[in-house]
Order: sequence, then C-alpha cells, then structure tokens
Amino acid sequence: MVDFGFGLVPSSRINLDLFDKEKYDELLSIEPDARICMACGSCTAVCTAGKFVHTSLREAMEDIFNAKPDKALETLRACQLCGKCSMVCPRGINTRHLIMSITKVYSKK
Amino acid sequence: MTPLFFALAAQAADPEVIDRIPSGFSPFVLPFTIGVAFMFSWIGVGLIRLLAAIPKSDRIKFAKSLFIPKTALKNLKDLFCDCLFHTKIWQRKPLLGYMHSAIAFGWFMIIILGHIEVALFVPARLNVTRGGLFYPIFYRYFVWMNPGHTTLRGSFFFFLMDFFLLYILSGIALAIFKRFRSIVLGMRHTTKPSFADRVALYSLWLIFPLRLLAESFTADLSGGSFLTVPVNHFWHLIFGDKLWFMPTWWAYSICLGLFFAAMPFSRYMHILTEVLWILLRNAGVKPNHPRKGVAEAEIYACSSCGLCLDACPMNVQKKNLKFSSVYFIRFLRRHNEKKINDIAEKCLMCDKCHALCPVGVDAPSLRRAQRATVNNALPYDYSYLSTASGSTLAGETHATLGTVRGGTGASLCEASGGAERSEAVARPRVLPEATNKVLYFAGCMTHLTPRIIKSVEKVFNAAGVDYAFADRDGGICCGRPLMLAGKTEAAAAVIEANKKMIEKSGCDTLVLSCPICYKIFKEEYGLEGIKVVHYTQFINELIAAGKLNVQNKGERLVYHDPCELGRGCGVYFEPRAALGKVGNLVKASKEYDESICCGGSLGSLTLDTKDRSKISEASLDSLLANDPQTIVTACPLCLKTFSEAVAKTKKGDLNVSVKDFAEVLCP
Ligand code: SF4
Ligand code: SF4
Ligand code: SF4
Ligand code: SF4
Repeated sequence: MVDFGFGLVPSSRINLDLFDKEKYDELLSIEPDARICMACGSCTAVCTAGKFVHTSLREAMEDIFNAKPDKALETLRACQLCGKCSMVCPRGINTRHLIMSITKVYSKK
Repeated sequence: MTPLFFALAAQAADPEVIDRIPSGFSPFVLPFTIGVAFMFSWIGVGLIRLLAAIPKSDRIKFAKSLFIPKTALKNLKDLFCDCLFHTKIWQRKPLLGYMHSAIAFGWFMIIILGHIEVALFVPARLNVTRGGLFYPIFYRYFVWMNPGHTTLRGSFFFFLMDFFLLYILSGIALAIFKRFRSIVLGMRHTTKPSFADRVALYSLWLIFPLRLLAESFTADLSGGSFLTVPVNHFWHLIFGDKLWFMPTWWAYSICLGLFFAAMPFSRYMHILTEVLWILLRNAGVKPNHPRKGVAEAEIYACSSCGLCLDACPMNVQKKNLKFSSVYFIRFLRRHNEKKINDIAEKCLMCDKCHALCPVGVDAPSLRRAQRATVNNALPYDYSYLSTASGSTLAGETHATLGTVRGGTGASLCEASGGAERSEAVARPRVLPEATNKVLYFAGCMTHLTPRIIKSVEKVFNAAGVDYAFADRDGGICCGRPLMLAGKTEAAAAVIEANKKMIEKSGCDTLVLSCPICYKIFKEEYGLEGIKVVHYTQFINELIAAGKLNVQNKGERLVYHDPCELGRGCGVYFEPRAALGKVGNLVKASKEYDESICCGGSLGSLTLDTKDRSKISEASLDSLLANDPQTIVTACPLCLKTFSEAVAKTKKGDLNVSVKDFAEVLCP
C-alpha cells in the first residue's frame, strides 16, 4: 500500500460528563488562581523543560477543563519548577504552585 | 578554766559561717528539688532519645568533634558568647542584649558563686546525699554569720552575690517592661506566649524579687551586702523585730520549682537545649528531617525571642506574622501538620531569620526539609534529561568551547560611550586556540532578562575574556528551585545532567550571572578543579587585574544585596568594590545581611502577587533611603522585580532607574 500520509485521527472528543468537579474544587481551594488562566501560552513559550520534551501549562489547564486530567499530568511531568513561567504570566499566576497543586490533586487516584 | 574558755572561744571564733541546721534540710526546699529533679530526668531521657535518633555516623562525628581542639575552642567561645552574653543580640539591639545577658549571665554567676561559697565555707554540704542539690541555692537560709568574724573574703562574696542579684533584677525589670512596651527595646513585634510559657515566664519574673525578699529578711543573720542589708534595715523599720522569713523562702522555692517543672514545655527549654545545639552545630551535624534527630535540638534551642519576627520581609503585612520562623518552630514542636505545611510553603527562603537568629537556628533549612516530606514523592519524570542534556547540550558546548574568542577588546567599553547601542555588542568570533577556558552559564532567569546577557558579553568582550556560552540556546534549570520546593531527588537529576555538561566542556572557570545558580553550583555540584564564581566576583577581578577599564561618573548608586548572593553565599564585598569604581555608592537603610528580599524570590511556593508587591515596596523604600539615582542589583529576579516595582509606584517624582551590575560597569 502506498502511504499517502493520511490516517485516522485519534478521537479528540471531549466528554464533559467526566469532569471531576470535586477534584477541581480541591485544586481551587489550594490554588484559587487556577481559574484566572486565560490560556495565553506565555508560560509555554518560555518553558525550560519544553525545549526538550513537550511541556505546557496552558495545555494542562485546558486538559483539566476538558476532563482529561491524565493528559494534564503527562504534559507537566517534565517541569523543572524553574519558575520562568511565573515571571512571564500576564495574569500574575503563581504557576509553580499551580503546577505542584495540579500534580498533588490529580495524581491521587 | 582559762584554757577551756580559750578553747571554746577559739572553736566558736574559727568558723566564719555556722551551719545553722544540723540536718541541712528544711521542708521548704521540696518544691524546688522536685521541680529540678523532674527537669533533669526529662532532659536526660530526651537527650538519650535524640542521640539514638541520629544516624550512627553523625553520632561518631559528634563525639569526635568534642575532642578536636579547634572545635572545642569554638564550642567554648560560642557557649559563652551565645548562651551567656548573647553578643549577637547586643550587636543589634543593645538594650535587649543587656536584658538577655543580665538574666542569663547573672543567673549563671549566682549559681556558680553559690557553689563556691559552699565549697569554701561548708564544703561537706556539696555532697549530693547531704543536700548538694539544693543547699547552694538556699545557702543563706541554712547558715549564720559568726558575728565579728567576717573576713574580707566573706564580704567579697556577699558583695558579688548582691551585685549579680541586682544585675539580674535590672534584666527582669526590662523583661517585664518589654512584655508591655516592646518597641522601647527595639522590637516592633513580640511573640505570643503559650500556657507553659506563661507559667514559666511569671515564675521567672517572681524568682529574683522573691530571692531578694528572702535574702534580705535573713540578711542580719546570714549576712549580706550593699543591697540586702539596707533592705533588711528597711524591713525592720516597717515590721519591727519580728520578721517572718519562712513564707518568703517557701515562695522563692515554689517559684523555682514551678519554673523548672514548666521549663520542658516552654520556650525556656532553650537555655539547656541551646548548649546541645551549639555542640551539634559546631560538629557539622546537619538535620535531615524537620523534626527528628538533630532538628529536635535545633527547634528546642529556639528561645522564641522573636527577633525573626521583625527580620522577616513578609511581615510588612501584619497578617503574615503567623508565617514567621518562631511560629514555624512552635508548631513543629506541637506536631501541628497542617499549620507546619502552610508556614513552610509560604516562606521566601530569604535566610534573613537565620542570619539574625541569636542561636543560629536555620529555620529555612528546616522548612526545606519539611517541604521535602510532602513534595518529594510527587510524580515527575526527568528521564529525558540524561539523553537531552547529556548528549546534545554538552556536545554543542564542547564543540564551541575554547574556539570562541571575545570581540574587540578593552576599547569597546569606552567606545560605546554609554549610548544604548545594541550593535556595540560584537558577536564572538572564532579563534583556533584558547588557553583560558571560561564557561558562562546564564541560567533560566537570566534568559528572561536578556539585557543582563547582553551586558555580560559586553564586559567579557571589553576585557578580552575567552569564553564559551553554555546555554546560549537555552539550557536546563540549575536545580535550586526544585531543591527549594523540597524535591530533592528531582534536583539531583537536574544537577547530574548539568554537571555532565560542564565537566565535558573542559572549562576551568564557571561564571554564573544568577545568584540562585551560583549557590547551588558552589554548594551541591562538587565540580572539582573548576572555579565557580559569580559574575560580580569575576568582573571585580577583571577590574583589579586591569583588564577592564572603568570610569567613575559620580552617579549615585545603591546596591541591593540579593538574598542568595549575600546571606546565601556571603558575597558582599566584591560587587561593592567594583561599583565603588564607577559611581558613588550610597547606603540603603537595610543592607548586607539585613537586606530585604525583593519579593520575587522563588523560595516561596504560595505567596501571591499582591503580597509579593508589598514586600517589593518595603525593599524599595529601604533602597531609596539616601536618594540614589540608580538601583543596582546582581540578580535577574531582583532586576525584574524592582523594574516592575519602580514602574508601578504611584510616586510620580520617583526618578530612579534599575540596572544590572554588568550594565552599570560597562554601559
Ligand atoms: S516552571 Fe516548569 S512549566 Fe514553568 S517554565 Fe519552568 S519548566 Fe516550564
Ligand atoms: S502564562 Fe499564565 S495566563 Fe498565560 S497560559 Fe500560562 S498560566 Fe495561563
Ligand atoms: S528562630 Fe531564632 S530569632 Fe526566631 S525566635 Fe527562635 S531564637 Fe529567636
Ligand atoms: S527565610 Fe526570610 S521569608 Fe522565610 S521566614 Fe525567614 S526571614 Fe521570613
């Protein structure tokens, strides 16, 4: 078969019924600023770890809203907590704490 | 007849002091004896438990250190200076220092002198079975002066005892005063005592006035000096001949007993634990748990003096007082996990409380250990580092190092003449061979403030330094932020990757422009044969060696000591020496080890932007004390924080610029 470079895209369906409100509230209780992220992507642009492996706080935040917390954890695994993102975040979010809080809350099964 | 009379007289005349009560006991000594016995057994058990909890290697290290002359000498000096004279408090707050040393040293002397008196006049009573535990304390009760036989020696001791009693009483008076008006002694904030603290505190306040009362009641019988004798006359004047001294001795003993019984549960435990902590500290034994083992000695050595309250930059806002080290330590003692974690995560890790603590309690390290108990296990994955950095990063650096040569030489600095021309930065050109191998590592934060990189390269080029730029295209983090967040194992992975890269590069000097990097490279990396320097030190050396020409423009500069550089690594002198050559250095109101964190520190995990900007304001105020034209700092985080803080200030007439150290030296 000739490979034309086309293929089936993995499902990108978002099922909001799966959204875990309890966990999200827990996250908000330890880092209330989680709700003010405007997905600008500044954090991702400067990310130290992002130079080597796919790392993105912006995406992780979206994954959480899209009920895909495991994907969020995956995109933050390589974070070095260097703090560059907190210096550029236009919303003044304490991103390091946000990242640690996401890991803390969502890695509990 | 006559010989008998003489013999009697001689016998009666000989002893200066008569042991009044043959049994050497009176029931009133019981409260004191019970209290003191309880305290000593409590401490004995605690000591054994503590020594059992520390690793064997540390125990051996500790035991050995006691016999190393140099350490022993330092122990002696520290014990005298820290425990008795409280020199560190004297240096900062003389009145407060007087208060502490009056109570500590005065009390120590009274105990020692009491024992000497007993040893001289009724030596048999030193024996524990014959009342040795309490006799020297209540000496004046148990003896009579033999009238007309007082010698100079006796009076001398009377004088000393009265002198030190007065000395202590003056300290106590200050302490009582301080409880109500702390600001007079130079403290804005003072700690809130707990219940046991209160019991111990009030009995401590009473002990010495009661001692004066008790001793003055008996002064006509058992002797006294300039203080007790006049007071005794005074009592006689008021009460006539009948003085009921028994109740006062009882009260004195009860207060002492109460104090010692409450001691293990109160902040006064520090009086004894401090000794152990100083010995452990000087032995170089470090805590690896926030509460167990060595840390236990450390947290109980805290005297709750509250000096760290005023030191802490977070306390510009009253609501943050509760995050101070003194409360952190109190909650560690009480095992209050929730509060411990909240406090541990809030702190900026600026190390100021540690630098100012009279007992040398390293609360920031304990906080880091506490964070590690929570965060170390969080699932992160750094396996990519070994491949990413080990090969590509190091490979690139290796290829460029030694083949890169600085640009146009020393003339560049003057050539640019202060004008903001970016093209003045010459791109390094490639030279075949280099002997002096300097590696420059900018770090994450410096990459966010490219003006620092630009100026550092400008300085290097102006001074003709052979250098390679390790992370021109981005590197990995130094590991300090991970460490501060309590992720010790993750930090080790990052350190490992960076270390490989640096060692492979073959450099002999590593220059860092970020104090956060500098601290960890110096302390944790263990780079053998490589000199690790901060760029302030490096540039200062360049100037001293005549490689970098600078001109004094007479600009009024103020230098901000970054936490990690100053308190963290003890670099205070070099930046100032270099800046003194290009401008006129003015003082900040708080500088050197008292410098206030800029508020941007990566140390804090939970402090939000609003709280941080309050800290920045306070720090800025201190820097602006002497009306400088330019604020100079040597840390990318400080630079960014101050630039934003200055831009934000409402004061329209604020005419000050914020510059990096390298920018000022090579404009
Ligand atoms: S803290 Fe983590 S997410 Fe933020 S820039 Fe650094 S590595 Fe990237
Ligand atoms: S920089 Fe801040 S606001 Fe923008 S995506 Fe990142 S966290 Fe959200
Ligand atoms: S930590 Fe140090 S400065 Fe703070 S209260 Fe304790 S002894 Fe005093
Ligand atoms: S390290 Fe700094 S911020 Fe933290 S408690 Fe001590 S003085 Fe306060």
